[in-house]
Amino acid sequence: MSKKDLEVIIATDCGSTTTKAVLIEKKGDTYRQTFRGEAPTTVEAPFEDVTKGVLNSITEVEELSGRRILDGERIITPNEGMTGADIYVSTSSAGGGLQMMVAGAVKAMTGESAQRCALGAGAIVMDVLASNDGRADHEKIERIRQLRPDMMLLSGGTDGGTITHVVELAQFLKAADPKPRLGASYKLPVIYAGNNKAQDQIKEILGDRTALIITENLRPTLERENLMPARHKIHDIFLEHVMQQAPGYPRLMKMVGAPIMPTPAAVGTMTEKFAKANNFNVLAVDIGGATTDVFSVFSGVFNRTVSANLGMSYSISNVMAEAGLANILRWLPFDMDEQDLRNRLKNKMIRPTTIPQTVEDLQIEHAVAREALRLAFDQHKALAVGLKGVQQERSISDAFEQTSSGQSLINVMKLDYVIGSGGILAHSPRRTQSMLMMIDAYQPEGVTRMAVDSIFMMPHLGVLAQISEKAALDVFYHDCLVRLGTCLAPKGLAKEGQLIMEWEVTGSDGSRQAGELRFGDIIHVPFAAIKAKLVAKPVKGFDMGAGPGNRVDADIEGGIVGLVLDGRGRPFNLAKDHSKRRDDLNKWYKAMGMYPV
Amino acid sequence: MAHAYTPGLKVMPCTLLKKRRLLPIPGTVLAQMGQEVDALDVVAQTELPGKVFSVNVANRLAVGPDEIKNFMLKGEGDTIKKGEILAENKPLFKWFKTSIESTVDGTVEAISPVTGQVLLREPPKVLPIKAYVKGRIVEITPNFGVTLEAEGTFIQGIFGIGGETNGEIAVVVSSPDEDLAPESIKENHKGKILIGGKHASLATIKRAIEIGVNAIVVGGIHDRDLRQLLGYDIGVAVTGTEKIGLTLIVTEGFGMIPMADYTFKLLASRNGENASVSGATQIRAGVMRPEIIVPGFPKNVTECKKDQGRGWIEPGDPIRIIREPHFGVIGTVKSLPPELTVIGSESHARVLEVSLDGGEVIIVPRANIEVLEK
Repeated sequence: MSKKDLEVIIATDCGSTTTKAVLIEKKGDTYRQTFRGEAPTTVEAPFEDVTKGVLNSITEVEELSGRRILDGERIITPNEGMTGADIYVSTSSAGGGLQMMVAGAVKAMTGESAQRCALGAGAIVMDVLASNDGRADHEKIERIRQLRPDMMLLSGGTDGGTITHVVELAQFLKAADPKPRLGASYKLPVIYAGNNKAQDQIKEILGDRTALIITENLRPTLERENLMPARHKIHDIFLEHVMQQAPGYPRLMKMVGAPIMPTPAAVGTMTEKFAKANNFNVLAVDIGGATTDVFSVFSGVFNRTVSANLGMSYSISNVMAEAGLANILRWLPFDMDEQDLRNRLKNKMIRPTTIPQTVEDLQIEHAVAREALRLAFDQHKALAVGLKGVQQERSISDAFEQTSSGQSLINVMKLDYVIGSGGILAHSPRRTQSMLMMIDAYQPEGVTRMAVDSIFMMPHLGVLAQISEKAALDVFYHDCLVRLGTCLAPKGLAKEGQLIMEWEVTGSDGSRQAGELRFGDIIHVPFAAIKAKLVAKPVKGFDMGAGPGNRVDADIEGGIVGLVLDGRGRPFNLAKDHSKRRDDLNKWYKAMGMYPV
Repeated sequence: MAHAYTPGLKVMPCTLLKKRRLLPIPGTVLAQMGQEVDALDVVAQTELPGKVFSVNVANRLAVGPDEIKNFMLKGEGDTIKKGEILAENKPLFKWFKTSIESTVDGTVEAISPVTGQVLLREPPKVLPIKAYVKGRIVEITPNFGVTLEAEGTFIQGIFGIGGETNGEIAVVVSSPDEDLAPESIKENHKGKILIGGKHASLATIKRAIEIGVNAIVVGGIHDRDLRQLLGYDIGVAVTGTEKIGLTLIVTEGFGMIPMADYTFKLLASRNGENASVSGATQIRAGVMRPEIIVPGFPKNVTECKKDQGRGWIEPGDPIRIIREPHFGVIGTVKSLPPELTVIGSESHARVLEVSLDGGEVIIVPRANIEVLEK
């Protein structure tokens, strides 16, 4: 079947707890998501067969849609009338996803490149080993032994450079004799993507003990990263080795019409496609119970990080440990005893499926979410950087603006679009809550559109994009994105109450709103028009993206929330005085209509 | 009949338990099929490869990596004692001589002419696996271990720290809502498993460690005390390897929460008997809860029921509320309205009506209760 013939598509995402199926159908010229179903994932005992959950979720789609998709345990292809689908695709993060350990000679150079490579492929990076990572040799060996990754990525050195460090790492690896997480009887897959001059030595050292795969150097020169060959190998091994060991996956692999993708890799693909199609700088986040994934595309460069222990249930206590209690308490508009907060968060950790019943409890979860989002974003900014170790030519004028290599690619003033997903953002009782949580955590500057993926369909669409980019983007625009609106945040600082910007917005439907923004205020303007023109005139010292004091004309989006004019300044800091901070929070939450009074 | 899936913690007077006791890497199985074993019997054991240490011989002798073989006194696979000379140079004048001594007892694992490093490996360590619970071997997994079967009282806690241990049960409070005070712990509690009521403070736990108590089972603890005890915050609930001197099991949660009356009475009915306990907790993927196992039947029980976890709830079921604003309250399911209901936080959730002891009926999200499985 040719790609243009795709009319009915069934897609599943096998998550750790739930398998979600969506049906996508071509309506006229446009693809739309029409029905969805879900069922518990069946990777673990007593089922130990992922296809059971897949079939259950598809059965729910059958019941809701009236379309017969399954013939026993087989997907009927192609579609004819109300029977069958043209293709079935799937992603998977069940059973803990793809877990990797990476190694590089120098932590900030090949170590970081290897980390970016594995993360971009959708892996959770369990540890980054490097010759200069500060650990004694025996500690490194002990660490390799303790962890049981699905595979390992070994890099180090530029092509033709010194081989000593990477050979040393290979020897440590051999001495540790690591075992793979699944399937005790097979050898650990090791991808070597380092100095090409060391390939023979690596073969000699690791050839017998591991399932060694040699590919192109991911850092052939200091000035260039070449991550794709190693990323492709990671995907190949994910399918050939890791998936083959997971319960039921060999059968699932026979059911699909395109290779199964790790869920984060699919979300990354969709983020990239969306950014490219609109020429946007995009930030996408998926905050789950255990982990938070952050994806960004800035100036066409894609990056992904996963904060493995920042989440809203299983990892909620770790957010407290990393952020500190004071940082969580600062978002609460009421007093709370530290011991009470500690106990509540621990109780959520040990009973992760409970939900807030009271507004107070909801506000506590929202406070934690801001900190989890902030910390995951900090980690993302630290890894989404230019290449370190690159020699830079400097002219005299540069001497006044000393920039080092390895600067973060993330610039919140140039950020065009933020997409949030994960329960706390996608299912907040009020959408204003989702929007302000993201604004508080990311502190966007200038003009930033915001949306949520309310049913977390980006994985399905990412894997579908491999087959049909049009189908994926159609559904993404029409059914996946819930547009919240646009945040307008002038950068600068002033005295409270001082005028900082005049603004005017005209919607494509002719609706018009205008006003003034004063420092320290948040103004929420309900504004639903999908497309609108903004004229923003910040005062001297305030920047909306065209330089301090300069007028900005921009295309923006309205949405379920509308416009949020954030006059709290950038950098934004909460008042140190306790009662002032509480009054401010109450004022802002009231302005946003965040919580019931 | 309206029902919903809400797994609870098991509190069973008597059930048939199966325990898999497996080595992390292949080894030797010592127990026989059908053999009766005691909790402390070793059922399988293996050798863990020794730790590896590196010695940069090239640097220490100031020679090229490819030259070190000329200076090695030991070859790959040779055994070596701590302090024994591993390599030395051969200068013209002996006072320029440099000798490199081994820092460990073990063997020479590898000599690298590329890096100039020599890897030394310590001797392997024996890792035994005990039966942990008194019972009968019903299955042998070749090279890895056994599965054993036992009948007895089985109680799950919600959270614990510390590994497996054994000892005699000693109930040291008179009711489940009594605090376990430091002064209640006496010298004769050494090696025992103490059952407390609603709470154990940091001072209590420290006192128990000092006396040599093997385990404490209590309704609640404060997270702040746990942090002080461990020296760090537990970020993710994967526990069981802590070495604080005892095993701690919490049956209800964090805070001061009376132990469920049924749990307390069941433990009290086994006072003075030997139990196996483990604090190991893992909340994500392959949930593991801490446990107390007392082999044999309680005095007033004659029949050992099978685990009949239904996986749903029905009106009349006893439940525990596990989230504010009614955290820790125990009641009975009155009804299970099928429609989504707007709760205080404005979320739409599936709820149930719960009858409390005083006759009051409250609405609680179904996600915020757990069944008391008996």
